[in-house]
This record gives sequence, C-alpha cells and structure tokens, in this order.
Amino acid sequence: MAAPAFKNGLVRWIDHRLPVFSFLHHELHEYPTPKNLSYWWNFGSLAGIVLVIMIATGIFLAMHYTPHTLYAFDSVERIMRDVNYGWLIRYIHMNGASFFFIVVYIHIFRGMYYGSYKAPRELLWILGVVILLLMMATAFMGYVLPWGQMSFWGATVITNLFSAIPVVGDWIVTWLWGGFSVDNPTLNRFFSLHYLLPFLIVAVVMLHMVALHRFGSGNPLGIDVKGPQDSIPFHPYYTAKDSFGLGVFLILFAGVVFFAPNLFGEPDNYIPANPMVTPPHIVPEWYFLPYYAILRAIPNKLLGVIAMFASILVLFILPWLDTARVRSAKFRPTYRKFFWVLVIDCFVLGYVGANPPEGWFVITGQIATAYYFFHFLILLPVLGLIERPLPLPQSISAPVLKPAEGKA
Amino acid sequence: MRRLISAVALLLAFGTAAEAAEAVKPPKQHWSFSGIFGTFDRASLQRGFQVYKEGCAACHAVTQLSYRDLKGIGYQEDDIKAIAAQAKVMDGPNDAGEMFERVGRPSDKFVRPFPNENAARAGNNGAFPPDLSMIAKARVGGPDYVYGVLVGYVPPPAGVTVADGMHFNTYFPGQQIAMPAPLNVDGVPYQDGTKATVEQQAKDVTTFLTWASEPTLEARKQMGIKVLIFLIVFTGILYAAKRKVWASVH
Ligand code: HEC
Ligand code: HEM
Repeated sequence: MAAPAFKNGLVRWIDHRLPVFSFLHHELHEYPTPKNLSYWWNFGSLAGIVLVIMIATGIFLAMHYTPHTLYAFDSVERIMRDVNYGWLIRYIHMNGASFFFIVVYIHIFRGMYYGSYKAPRELLWILGVVILLLMMATAFMGYVLPWGQMSFWGATVITNLFSAIPVVGDWIVTWLWGGFSVDNPTLNRFFSLHYLLPFLIVAVVMLHMVALHRFGSGNPLGIDVKGPQDSIPFHPYYTAKDSFGLGVFLILFAGVVFFAPNLFGEPDNYIPANPMVTPPHIVPEWYFLPYYAILRAIPNKLLGVIAMFASILVLFILPWLDTARVRSAKFRPTYRKFFWVLVIDCFVLGYVGANPPEGWFVITGQIATAYYFFHFLILLPVLGLIERPLPLPQSISAPVLKPAEGKA
Repeated sequence: MRRLISAVALLLAFGTAAEAAEAVKPPKQHWSFSGIFGTFDRASLQRGFQVYKEGCAACHAVTQLSYRDLKGIGYQEDDIKAIAAQAKVMDGPNDAGEMFERVGRPSDKFVRPFPNENAARAGNNGAFPPDLSMIAKARVGGPDYVYGVLVGYVPPPAGVTVADGMHFNTYFPGQQIAMPAPLNVDGVPYQDGTKATVEQQAKDVTTFLTWASEPTLEARKQMGIKVLIFLIVFTGILYAAKRKVWASVH
C-alpha cells in the first residue's frame, strides 16, 4: 500500500500518522475491479446505503417513539401527525425495511446465479448470511414496536415457536417475553434490541467488506482477473455506475413512500394491539412469507420450526454443497435452468405463506418446501459432479471485446 | 394464558380460521384524494365533519384528532374555538385537588362519547363502536370499504335470518352488523345546498374519515411529485455521467 503523494499538506500530515486517506485511496481508487460487472453487482452497495437510511430514520423515530404498551401506538400516530415531517421519516423507515429485503434478496440470488460463494469467497458469503439473519431479527422486532394488532399477534405467534423445543420450550418462551405473555417487558426489550442490532449489522458489513477486498469482486463470467487489462479502478467507474443505480432505486423507493406507503403493510396494524381479539388472518411481513410457508408445511410443530431455521442455515454450507468447479451459471446450462426453478419455488412459497393453509395450498406448500431442500441438499451436490460446463473464455477482456457480452 | 397458548398452537397447526361468511368486496368509488395529484375536496370534508358530528359522534370516538386539526379541513381559528367550546372536557386537579369540567379548547383531543369500552358496549347492546380516527387505513379496501358499509344496508335476502339487535349489511364481514343504519335521506341538513342523499353523506363522511386517518396525505403527495421530478432529472444526469466515464472502457 504505497502512500500516494497527497497535495494537501494537512492531509499528508494526518495520513502519515493515521493512514485513513491512504486506506480510502487504496480501497476506492487503486482497488482493481473486474471491468465486466453487470448491474446485478449494484445491489451490494445499494444494501449498504439502505442500511444507512434505516439507521438515520430510526434514530429520529426513536426520539419521538415511546416503548410502552399504553403509549406506543399513539406515539407512532403522533409521529405521523404532529412531528414535523414525521410521516416522511416513518414511511421511509417502514418501506425502507421492505426495500432492504428486496435489495438483499436480489443480492443473494445474484450470488447463487454467479456462484459468488465459491472458493475463495466462502467466508464472505457466510458473513452475508449472518447479515441476513440479523436483518430478519431486526425487522421482526421493529414490526412489533408500533404495537398494532399484527405487531402483537405476530410477536405472539413467532415467540411461541420456541415452545416447540422439548423440555425447556415453555421456560424459554417465558424468558423471551419477560412474563407470561407478550407484554410491556417484551416491547421494551424488543425496542432495546431493535436499536442495537443494526449496529451489529454495520460491524458485520465491515467484515463482509474486508473479506470482499481480499480477493475483489467476482464477475459475471466467474473467471479470475488475469491482469490489468481485465480490471478498472473502482473509482470513478463503479462509483458512477452505482450512483446511477442508486438513482433508479430512489425513484422506485420514492414512488412507494410518497404514493403507496402502505402497499407492503397490513391494515390490521393500524388497529391498536388487543390481546383479547385475534385477527382473522395472522400473516407476517411479506419478506418472511416463504419461511412461514415452510414452517406450516410440516404438520409437526417442532419439525416445522427446525425446517424453517434449516431453510436459512442451509445457506451457510452452500459453498460446500455446490460441487461444481465452474462458478458462473452462464457456463452451466443445466444449473441455470434449476436456478430459475428455485426462484419460482421461492415465489410459490411466498404465495402459499400469504394464504391460509387450506385446500391445495397445503399440498403446494409441502411440495415447494420439499423442492427447496431438494435443490440444496441433493441437486447441487449431484449436478456439480455430472454436469458438463461450457468452455470458459480465456480471460475477461476476450469476451468483453464482443459487444454482446455483459458490457452494461 | 393456557387458552392463549392453545389458540396460538391451533393457529399454527391449521393456520388462520376460515373467513366467517362471504364478505362481498365493496366496489371502487371515485375519490377526490386518490391518484398522485389527489387532494381532499374541502367542501366535502366540511360536510363530512358535519355528518360525523351529528350522525356518528354519539357512538364513535376519533381519539387521534384534536380540535385544532380542523384547520386542515379549512376552518378558521374562531370556528375551531366555537366547535371546541361545544364540548365539555374533564380537567384538573385544581388547587383544591378536585377534578372539574370546563369547555373545550382547540388544543383538546376530540372528546369521546363514552369514557371507556365497557360503557360504549353497555350503550350499544354489547357491541363496541370502534374508534374511527384510523378506520380508512385499518380496513382492507380503505375508503371504499367504509363507504360500502355505510350504504350497504339492504333487507336480508330470503332465507337469511338476522340475529336480534343485528342488521344485514352487504359489505360488513359476516354481513351482520350491530350498528343500525346510521344515515338517512336529509338526516343531516347541509348548509351549502348539496342534496343530502345517503350516498352523498356516506361519501362526505368517508372523505372526512380518510383525512382523519392521514391528515398529512396532501403534503405527502405534493412533496412526492417534487421529489420524483428531481430524482428523474438527477438520475438522467447520473446516467449521462456514467456513460461519459465508461466511454473509454472496452
Ligand atoms: C348508535 C350508535 C352508532 C352510530 C350513531 C354510528 N355507529 Fe358505526 N358502529 C356502531 C357499532 C355498535 C359498531 C360495531 C358493529 C359491529 O361490530 O357489529 C359500528 C361499526 C362501524 C364501522 C365499522 C365496521 C368495521 O369494519 O368494524 C364503521 C366504519 C362505522 N361504524 C361507521 C359509522 C359512521 C361513519 C357513522 C356516522 C355516519 C356511524 N358509524 C354511526 C354504532 C354506531
Ligand atoms: C437494519 C435496519 C433496520 C430495519 C430492517 C428496521 C425495521 C423496522 C420495521 C419493519 C419497523 C416497523 C415499521 C412500522 O410498521 O411502523 C421499524 C420500526 C421502528 N424502528 Fe426500525 N429498523 C432498522 C433500524 C432501526 C434503527 C437503527 C433504529 C433506531 C435507532 C430504529 C428505530 C425504530 C423505531 C423507533 C420504530 C418504531 C416506529 C415505527 O413503527 O414507525 N430502527 N423498524
């Protein structure tokens, strides 16, 4: 990391003692990035920006929010009505959570399509799965805070899952609640943790970046950078491309925040929580629906809970389940088809999760769940061994010269 | 507690109970406030407030509203003082340590018709008239549903028996509602010459209740248009910049 000659004297003085400027120069300017990244590579930096947006709006919400069962609902309404631009802050935070998941899910499927999890990026991938788990915990607890009907009943249903654990289950649930039902102690600890976890996410994101910068980004061809002709500096090329992607994202985000802010929400959550009245349909937020479908696909509660957690935990060992040597699905014609089947399977699971488990939803949910695990546990290991990949290009620059190749 | 747990276990095992009866989807109405340029029709808001005050306030609270919020539907300070002054508000304790009643002020929350849920039930054959301040956001269908319930009173179809103290309503889930039809032709004397049909009153009061659910709706849409115009232009510039930066890369 040769320190560049900074023009500004103060910068040079600081950098000599605290090499933050060298660090930034190294990570942004010198950092060589494959020159053939497509727009699917925008979603990582987008996720980071959404995280910042969530923390910024969350801190302002927390200045006006009251974590008490008697006041929480009204305090959120006060934010909506009486706090200057409170409605804006709250709608950004509320929809930001949904957009965060959209972005991160695309980011994850990008990784699955292009084999981004393969050596030497296994730990990078695993840190990503840790971020997903932390996000899910954060979003779940955040949804409880406005203390509407879905907040309360969602929290009740989900925390109750732990009662399926043999012997100590009930005890754990009581411990989680801080009492004998979801009540004020539960709300208080959820608020505390909801404030804490995003900062843990920031920490894991930093580790994610350290791991990323060790070997640099993968690329749509899945082959390694062979020399300087294959790469370009991150800045200005990808800063420019990411900025444009951010602009497109913000247009969509603003469209929802300003013109359909309750699109992703449940009307029931505008009814204050009432432990005596169970809503006719208890559904989690949309981003949890596929897991909810897996949970309910299995008639045994304990096994259902295990399957639900396993559906995410399986991602941790994905780098070893996929036995193929070739990274990118571009050169794996069979895997490419099954990838899209998995995507459809996840949408089917989401659709089933949104509906009451009756009639054909039951069997559909069960087939979709079975297929989900089949994909990871059986298909991937076997396919990697038997599939004949297409010939790989010599280098990144070779195919990029042809205009048809992912030069976006 | 046990019951709660088993109820939850049941929910998990069988999912949520089937909807009780065939609720009919209320038809879509045309609203002044829908669409990206939508704004509340002020005259309709004020008529709607009148309908609420004279037709619904006896049973339904709107706890999220303060009298001063009425500025948002076009009332002047003096009108608001006069409206607030019609209410009796419990205040105190005074220097002698006693609670006392005084006339309402603009800063007071709308006074509710019943001191608590039990009193409300006692006054309504055991049914609870819900707080209406969030109703347009708290129901599937929103304003269309609220309007639907208000105009949905029809004689029960042959073969349907309506329970004692209940009324048949096309759009209410289960189709039996404890609220008697709240609107009558000319039930509310409009001052501005608008004919007070049931549909007109329903439309006006629904407009008012939608505003009450989200008084910041107009501010939101107006800012949204500016933000979108800015973002579209700015993103266009970013795209041009990206093209320029990348022009030399092959
Ligand atoms: C005599 C008392 C009374 C009056 C006056 C009254 N309501 Fe109701 N209202 C009720 C009761 C009781 C319920 C609960 C019905 C039930 O749960 O079956 C109710 C329910 C409702 C509902 C809720 C439907 C739902 O989905 O839960 C709406 C909307 C409503 N009223 C609107 C109005 C409007 C608007 C007015 C004025 C035009 C009005 N009500 C006047 C007693 C009243
Ligand atoms: C990983 C980032 C975060 C996610 C995914 C997230 C998610 C959520 C969600 C889904 C809600 C419920 C929104 C609603 O229905 O109203 C919520 C509410 C809330 N969040 Fe967050 N949040 C994040 C970060 C933060 C941070 C950092 C803070 C505080 C510093 C915060 C403070 C709050 C508060 C006070 C509420 C309650 C107000 C409300 O419901 O609008 N959040 N959050």
